[in-house]
Amino acid sequence: MRFKFWGVRGSIPTPGPKTVKYGGNTTCIEIKTSANDLLILDAGTGIHALAQTLLHKNPVVAHILITHTHWDHIQGLPFFLPLFGPNNQVHVYGGLDPVTQQGIERALNVQLQYSYFPISETQLKARIHYHTLKPGQTIQIGGANVTPTVLSHPVLNFGYRVEDSDGSSLFFTGDYEMPINPYQPDDQDYASNQQFIEEKHQEVLAAMHAVDALIVDSSYTDVEYEKKIGWGHGTYGTALALARQAKAKKLFFTHHEPTRSDDELETIFQTVLSDLDAPDFAVHLAKEGDEYGLG
Amino acid sequence: MTEIDIEQLVTFVDKMPAFRSSVQRLLQLASDINADSREIVHVIESDPLMTVKVLKVINSPFYGLVNKISSVQRAVVHLGINSIKNMALSVAAIGMLPAQNQAGLDNRAFLLHSLTTAALCKLLAERLEVPAVQGGDYFVAGLLHDFGKIVFAEFVPATYKTVLQIASEQNLALNLVESDVMGINHSQTGKLLAEHWGLADDLIVAIDHHHNEHLNSLLSDSLFAANQIGKQLKFGFAGNPVVRQFPPGVKRRFGVDLDELIAELGDLARIKNEALAFID
Repeated sequence: MRFKFWGVRGSIPTPGPKTVKYGGNTTCIEIKTSANDLLILDAGTGIHALAQTLLHKNPVVAHILITHTHWDHIQGLPFFLPLFGPNNQVHVYGGLDPVTQQGIERALNVQLQYSYFPISETQLKARIHYHTLKPGQTIQIGGANVTPTVLSHPVLNFGYRVEDSDGSSLFFTGDYEMPINPYQPDDQDYASNQQFIEEKHQEVLAAMHAVDALIVDSSYTDVEYEKKIGWGHGTYGTALALARQAKAKKLFFTHHEPTRSDDELETIFQTVLSDLDAPDFAVHLAKEGDEYGLG
Repeated sequence: MTEIDIEQLVTFVDKMPAFRSSVQRLLQLASDINADSREIVHVIESDPLMTVKVLKVINSPFYGLVNKISSVQRAVVHLGINSIKNMALSVAAIGMLPAQNQAGLDNRAFLLHSLTTAALCKLLAERLEVPAVQGGDYFVAGLLHDFGKIVFAEFVPATYKTVLQIASEQNLALNLVESDVMGINHSQTGKLLAEHWGLADDLIVAIDHHHNEHLNSLLSDSLFAANQIGKQLKFGFAGNPVVRQFPPGVKRRFGVDLDELIAELGDLARIKNEALAFID
């Protein structure tokens, strides 16, 4: 498979002179399988530029996998132009929201109200199919197998493992803060909670195991994280630990913190690399426009 | 005899409101960005309705869990504290239990009985050297074992008021009076609901049988004993005036009878005080 970053920022689009190099769009990753299926991980603002590359195609068949419904991961969805082409088919995948008990159809349904957007859902011309996925249950999309795993975040968030028929594989976390035990070791609930956290961690590692590319939410440095506990995001450190434990072949830091300039990103990246004991995997900063081939 | 319609009853329960004090506390915690997640878990766990709804959602087929999750703590590890907090709040938003229901079941005393039975059940699990990771199941079993009574109090308040009066005035076991008058008792209702909500099998069985024959399971024995200890010590009151001695199986399990077990457990006032501190 091949994949390309169309948006690597977290939280809010950040256009401007300080974000030219790594880009200012929010999360969107395009995947082309060896059988030429189009899969899209999240519909942040980056999906608009992606959509421009599809304008000459007719019909378009696109499979959009949403990790979760926070704005920065769905904001571009109404701007995905193939939605307006009558011959196109757009499949939208996601989980069942535990609070509202509604599936991923809610994302577009909420966005496409006249108060927020000038075009209503009924005016979309493409055939739209919604798929509510269950954690751990693999589905086949063209030549690829896709498996969602629940990852801790303030809303239901799926990490997706994508396995192509050519043998290559990728895992994208969406937003992810590794659970930490709120109990102190001398609390009576500490041990049981710790054991369950460890079981959950093993489940997550199994879902990521030996992927060719591991793309991880690494919003913060360790120092910054101290003040952001519970916000639902990871650090460079936790991303590295995941890659090491899951035996991933390539690690990509993404969901760059919106206030971070290109220079600051690179400074942090150099510091992280210099602190690293020769990892047996490659480490990259996700950059808008960069494309990678796997397998 | 006033036979009640089970299907209507189940529909009704799905819309049941949560307890007032826990809802208020949860709302306070939700508005505090620095709130301790342990306290949020504690508040949810202390409210049978919130707990059961949260567990119902997380155990629904959509989350594809191989092993059912039976404690709020684990639900938090799985979905994150905010999802669980929001889920509990959405449950709470449906409405709240009136402070005094028309059936005359005292909610505060009922909650005290539920909370102390939960804590006692967990304590007995430790005594039986049940692995700590299962302790949450014992707590939830204790918390929810009488849940069927709330349903009756809200669904058929007038009938249930009569049931409570008969049990009290004639010193009869509440579950027997329920069966006589309504054709169904609170443990059967609890089972029905636990099944409907997809709770773990062992919890369903324990709730279903907490007044029945000895099942020879650690959870059922602990729940039976915890319930009787709480009643004997008058930790709250859930409408049943009769304390039952341990049947032979339960006695074998703990190696002692009810009063001896209470003596061996030592000062249990802290369990009551902790529950009271939470309620008040």
